[in-house]
Amino acid sequence: MAETLTRTGERLAAPPPSAVRRLRHAIGRVLYRIPAARLALLLGPILLWMVVIYLGSLGLLFVTSFWRQDSVTGAIVQNWGLTNYQFLVQEGVYRTIAIRTVGIALAVTVTDIVLAIPIAYYAARIASPRVRTLLLLSIVLPLWSSYLVRVYAWRTILSGDGVLNWSLHHVHLGSVNLGFSRWSLWIVFSYLWLPYVTLPVYAALERIPNSLIEASTDLGARWRTTFRRVILPIAFPGIVAGSIFAFSLTLGDYIAPDLVGDTEFIGNVIYQNVGIANNIPFAAAYAIVPALVMGVYLLIARQLKAFEAL
Amino acid sequence: MKRYRANLIASVAVVLVLAACGGTTSSGQGSNLKQSIGAGEGALNLVAWVGYVESGKTDPKVDWVTPFTNQTGCKINVKFADTSDEMVTLMRQGGGTQWDGVSASGDATNRLIAHGDVAEVNTNLIPDFKDVIQSLQSPRHNTINGHHYGVPYMYGPNVLMYNTDVVKPAPTSWAPTWDANSPYKGKVAAYDSPIFVADAALYLKAHNKSLGITDVYELTSKQLDAAIALLKVQAPLIKKYWAATTDETDPFSSGDMVIGTAWPYQVSFLKSEKKPVAAVVPSEGATGWADTWMISSHAQHPNCMYQWMKWTETPAVQDQVAEFYGATPSNAKACDILRKNIGDSADSDYHCGDNTFLKNIALWKTPLQECGDSRGATCTDYTIWQQKWQEVRGTK
Amino acid sequence: MSRDRAIEPRSVQLGMAVVTGLVLLFLYVPLLVIMLYAFNPARSQAWPLPGLSTRWFTATWNNADVRTALLTSLKAGVGATTIALILGSLAAFAVHRFRFFGRETVSFILILPLALPGIVTGMALNSTINLGGELIGLSFSLWTIIIGHATFCVVVVYNNVIARLRRTATSLVEASSDLGADGIQTFRYVILPNIGTALMAGGLLAFALSFDEIIVTNFTSGSEITLPKWIFNNLRLPNQRPVVNVVASILLLASLIPVYIAQRLTQESGGLVSGRGAVVPANEDAVEQAAAP
Repeated sequence: MAETLTRTGERLAAPPPSAVRRLRHAIGRVLYRIPAARLALLLGPILLWMVVIYLGSLGLLFVTSFWRQDSVTGAIVQNWGLTNYQFLVQEGVYRTIAIRTVGIALAVTVTDIVLAIPIAYYAARIASPRVRTLLLLSIVLPLWSSYLVRVYAWRTILSGDGVLNWSLHHVHLGSVNLGFSRWSLWIVFSYLWLPYVTLPVYAALERIPNSLIEASTDLGARWRTTFRRVILPIAFPGIVAGSIFAFSLTLGDYIAPDLVGDTEFIGNVIYQNVGIANNIPFAAAYAIVPALVMGVYLLIARQLKAFEAL
Repeated sequence: MKRYRANLIASVAVVLVLAACGGTTSSGQGSNLKQSIGAGEGALNLVAWVGYVESGKTDPKVDWVTPFTNQTGCKINVKFADTSDEMVTLMRQGGGTQWDGVSASGDATNRLIAHGDVAEVNTNLIPDFKDVIQSLQSPRHNTINGHHYGVPYMYGPNVLMYNTDVVKPAPTSWAPTWDANSPYKGKVAAYDSPIFVADAALYLKAHNKSLGITDVYELTSKQLDAAIALLKVQAPLIKKYWAATTDETDPFSSGDMVIGTAWPYQVSFLKSEKKPVAAVVPSEGATGWADTWMISSHAQHPNCMYQWMKWTETPAVQDQVAEFYGATPSNAKACDILRKNIGDSADSDYHCGDNTFLKNIALWKTPLQECGDSRGATCTDYTIWQQKWQEVRGTK
Repeated sequence: MSRDRAIEPRSVQLGMAVVTGLVLLFLYVPLLVIMLYAFNPARSQAWPLPGLSTRWFTATWNNADVRTALLTSLKAGVGATTIALILGSLAAFAVHRFRFFGRETVSFILILPLALPGIVTGMALNSTINLGGELIGLSFSLWTIIIGHATFCVVVVYNNVIARLRRTATSLVEASSDLGADGIQTFRYVILPNIGTALMAGGLLAFALSFDEIIVTNFTSGSEITLPKWIFNNLRLPNQRPVVNVVASILLLASLIPVYIAQRLTQESGGLVSGRGAVVPANEDAVEQAAAP
């Protein structure tokens, strides 16, 4: 109970607490005595949300993959069975598409890591604070422009009469036929996810204390060796953390392959089966593939301590 | 084998349902046939092919939506779909309530009718219906036992479009798009839908008589396998399989594509962009489409939809669409206006009012297991086409 | 962490600088192309541009669909961000204060919506909404968009708040109780000011995530048109493409301010923006510096 001292030194008592206040105090007492209640209040909403809305949805998707689509009416019938999965395994084309998708996801991830390390290193360890702020800003800014428009920009750049060929023509280097190909897809994906990869790598590199590098130099190592033996291993969890997004985003993308690619990826096939063929059970079965691949990737990443670097 | 039996039963069921549609329609709409068009609901949600619902956004002079809205008060919200499959899926969304009408081609119409997605249309409410050319008055793709399930809009072939600067001499056959040694390898266009299998069958019909293909949509497994093999041979030739029209007009503009199947819309568009293109219906013939405006059985704005069907059947509007899109109007009276506006081209290019030309186009229709002839139920249905098409697309 | 001078050899510094410059060029050439095409007088996408014109700016201004789509996106963003702020901070408090069974799993579950491919999340939510449609008459609407967005925006706020909480001394809360404040007062006068900027940063990033989202939104929006969906529909219409370029350019320039703010907010706290908007805890030195006044 707050007390106030008047000028003459008398103590005045504060007015008695209102009903609302008493209620708040009562609730506070209960919550103080029962930590589990506090935990439930804090964690309850989000857990309820995630379990019901998200995990439940994933479960429903999994269940749907065991159902069938009626071939005449196109409606979903709940005929339980492994037909969809059998079909996926039997038809070689789906394996080809899956391998192709994982392949390009890996290629994009590696490319982004290779591109991210120099720029992250420069920002983290070499640039002055002002330049660093500017650099980080410039890395993050592209993320705020529309993903679709950026993909389309590359489509025009790489087309037969686009910026790339025009530039090559002007320096007398002939022309390339990159439009609508796997190369254009690789370039576009690497471009799109580069900021997502750069930031965790930056954070990881920034955390390395100078003393370690100085110690390594004192022990006689050239910078190249220090980089390979000291810096990279410490930054590795951060690199893996960044790679999660590059890999995951490439694995499931269904828009870019359609806009700048010429071939089918897992995302396309799933999207076509949902939006066009309306064969949702089959699409669900095929969707389990990227989910599984990503699940394995995440487990490996967790082992490599990437989650702490996120 | 289980799949075949299931499909056989399913296909027979379809045939029975279609046959039974005479008495009680599959959607029970026979008794609910609209008798008059009431007041407009103020809105209309349409699914259409690109270029069919123009409101001045492409070219301020090309607009048959604004006059319609001014006249009826129905504000149009249109979703452009790229394939018939997409149209079928869209019409079933939200239990059929999301979209009021669709400009369906023959390979979507029967599926929509069989599933009860579209309602019977009272053609007495469409005054211009009587002027529709003979072969489109009661075609099998939208009329079952005398019950009309839509009103015909435009029709046309899938033409062979080519870059006149690069492709010399002018092609007269589909061969440059199918031949493994084509000089345009890597720059060919193809349509990204399982229905494109029929185009392969069309080519084989002319060049491989031993297969005995008669109707390109009624293929036995042997014939289908041959078509798929041809498509796989074609895959390395293809620059990109297009579904959105810009996926063809962009590469043609930039020179990345020089020859391939196209709708008249792309030809018109590229010509308006002053690009060196021309189109031809080659010697083997062509697949094509005859589109019907259909109304959803659960349409939220049925009066506006009927108003739209009335509006788009008028000769003036049909002529406008024809001149913009490059397709041929179904209303014979529109041909008079067309001839007046563009002269001889109305007959030489559009073949306006020519029933024979229409009959020679292999119009899109849903492949069924029931061949419809002496072969019985040995043909491949559309789900098999879809699976095989996935194989073709996956190989590239 | 500021450094007086870099300890890397000069050749390395130079090499890194050059590659950095090239990578930045790689990042920005497409953005410049977009902005240039906004001034394209023709509707074709050929290069070089035949000239410069502002006709598409006028067209965009008159385009009612763009305004509707923008409004829908704003509403969805605000809704999703609000939910994410509340749920995310609650979760962060729970994980920070208590030790309970399955503590590590909470962060794992929260990051799943972002880590799993968007098409999986989209399809899953789509199935649920369809099922909800059958069971309780749920229909695709702005609310289903918001729910979808909130699901993966939560982790962004969560990461920012928990990183900040880890740097806030717990003694502050105890001191506040000692001084007689009840729970709400402590929250209002002690905790909130401390995590305020983290909440703002998390909120900004969550909003950005929701505003540009198309992969999952395609599955959860039904007939509602958000701005990315409008862009998606209009990029394939040759006459609307230039309008899209204008819209994208304006968005890019308009986002300079929020980006700058988000950057400053997280840098002050010693952390920074990383991952899909997660905040990385600064290194141990910075933690000690922040704890000691």
